[in-house]
Amino acid sequence: MNTVKTKKRNQFIWMMITLGIFIIIMFFISLSTGVIQITPIEVINTLLHNGTEQQALILFDFRLPGIVLALLIGAMLAVSGTILQGVTQNDLADPGILGINTGAGLAVVLYIYFFQDMLSLTGIQSIFLMPFAALIGAIFAAVLIYLLAWRSGINSIRLVLVGIGVNAGFGAILTILQLRMDPQNYRQVTVWLAGDIWNANWNFVLALLPWALLLIPIAIYKAKALDVFNLGDEVAAGLGIKIEKERGILLLIAVALAGAAVAAGGAIAFLGLVVPHIARKLIGPLHQLIIPISTLIGALLLMVADTIGKNILAPSEIPVGVVVSILSAPYFIYLLMKAK
Amino acid sequence: MRAFINHSSTLKTFINIITFTALVGAIALSVSYGATKVPLETVWQAVFRFQPEIIAHQVVQELRLPRAIAAALIGAFLAVSGAIMQGMTRNPLASPSIMGVTDGAAFALVIILAFYPAVSNLGGTFASLIGAGIAVSIIFIIGSMSSGGLTPVKLALAGVAIGALIRSISSVISLHFQLEKEIGFWMAGGLDGANWNAVKLLTLFGIIGMLIALFISKSITVLSLGEDMATGLGQNNTLIKILGIFSVLILTGISVSIAGAVGFIGLIIPHIARFIMGKDYRWIIPSSAIFGALLLVLADLVSRLVNAPFETPVGAITSLIGVPFFLYLARNSGGGSK
Repeated sequence: MNTVKTKKRNQFIWMMITLGIFIIIMFFISLSTGVIQITPIEVINTLLHNGTEQQALILFDFRLPGIVLALLIGAMLAVSGTILQGVTQNDLADPGILGINTGAGLAVVLYIYFFQDMLSLTGIQSIFLMPFAALIGAIFAAVLIYLLAWRSGINSIRLVLVGIGVNAGFGAILTILQLRMDPQNYRQVTVWLAGDIWNANWNFVLALLPWALLLIPIAIYKAKALDVFNLGDEVAAGLGIKIEKERGILLLIAVALAGAAVAAGGAIAFLGLVVPHIARKLIGPLHQLIIPISTLIGALLLMVADTIGKNILAPSEIPVGVVVSILSAPYFIYLLMKAK
Repeated sequence: MRAFINHSSTLKTFINIITFTALVGAIALSVSYGATKVPLETVWQAVFRFQPEIIAHQVVQELRLPRAIAAALIGAFLAVSGAIMQGMTRNPLASPSIMGVTDGAAFALVIILAFYPAVSNLGGTFASLIGAGIAVSIIFIIGSMSSGGLTPVKLALAGVAIGALIRSISSVISLHFQLEKEIGFWMAGGLDGANWNAVKLLTLFGIIGMLIALFISKSITVLSLGEDMATGLGQNNTLIKILGIFSVLILTGISVSIAGAVGFIGLIIPHIARFIMGKDYRWIIPSSAIFGALLLVLADLVSRLVNAPFETPVGAITSLIGVPFFLYLARNSGGGSK
């Protein structure tokens, strides 16, 4: 018994280290590619303050904040998806499919729509307020979906279907609002809604960092409850877990993570869906291990997608959400075909 | 859903006549209202005693009348497509927009716009037929390869995933060729491009599609009772399905190529038609056509009035009407049993 546990632990540690190495390698690849190429050695030199002024400008003011944002957003969406799948006991749950992302997106667009004249969009307050606007939208969407799907209990398939419907409704309202905007905001919002890390700057990183640093550790700490949910509500209650309370807290964490991520990265679909599956395949069913692995895979996946989006059709950029969809929708369809 | 009326075909005919009259009235309203109001009397004159030197007559003849007729035809075609799909698959959530058919047609048009911008209307229409066909094939391949077949839920999820995938690829192409605004508006669904040429194309393709639909309507009724029973009655189900898919492709393809992605009409209308007309698809299909036409003509009118003089995409209006209905269906069919 003990040797099995030690083996699992070692496996987990090795996996974390391997993923960490991948992330570091990808980090340097991503930093050195772009319209203006900077070799990895120059990147290291610049990071050590030995590069040219132009290189320093490109790296520190443009590429670095974008990449850090990609890492944060990827991690947050992946953890959000892991929790949602655990809580709903539904393999196909994800903040994008359930409509939580669109709810957050709608709140952000409303915020831009009503306050665009009062605040400059890149202004400090507005950046720090945006995650809160998104959070309100995400919570609103989550509560709405939950209430609409409630019919003497929550059934996970009904939850997903209701999510699709709510998603479509919010989408229609978004379209109407968007077309009332002036052309410049229109384009910006369109690209952002497709999932794009726009206006990547250090303020966004600072606005997002506390959410990630606070909520992901709480999620790992609460992971045991997710494992117990796997056994079914009755067993969980028998083991002394206050089911509804734990479920509520976990849902709130998932919604908050998704909301804040959407505020900075737009509506990136499928990431939160696919990553937990990969993590489960790699490490097994224990959520205490799944969540940290998901965090790293999510960060890595979004960074890869971001790099692909920036380079494959350069100089035009593909929104990162589009790349994520193209990479992971086939996997979703595969899951669907396998599901009973 | 239990039928509202069970026996009297006189009553059913009567309802269809009333709805049809309402449709004519709605078309007249749609022609009359807009950025500038044209009195109904002038509309009448413009149609029956057209004088080219009067501007109001020109507006009616060249802009509003073809647009209203196109809206009626497209609404009818989408609703009939939905009715056929729901009948054939016995799946209450089946419809062109849910199953990714519209996204497939849109994708083909994006490719045409990007690579062969000089293509004719007819060429664009054929492209969208092919695109819709590819999307339907993908859905059916997924259905035949997945364990347990395509349940309503799986179908909706597969449609969402394939729709998202196809839309993503479309947006890559449109971003690369800087077509995003053009395609964004078109994807949102709108009838502002509808002219007499569009009406001609719609009529041409529509006659073929609708004739097939009516021809197989009785067999769809049998099919909707269950495949085993249909086979037992000696029906060639494969042939009926091929004809059904073919007419869905024609009707959806031509609609999408003109109005873009107009969602949810194909989903809602067949339910309403079934509720009123009962289980017989010989009634459901014609009624769906009339109801669908009425809904899209009215939605188009709303789309022009709600934020005049700017147009709101009609697809957004039909979605807003359709979503509550979808939610109702999802609550009732999605999870009662499982």
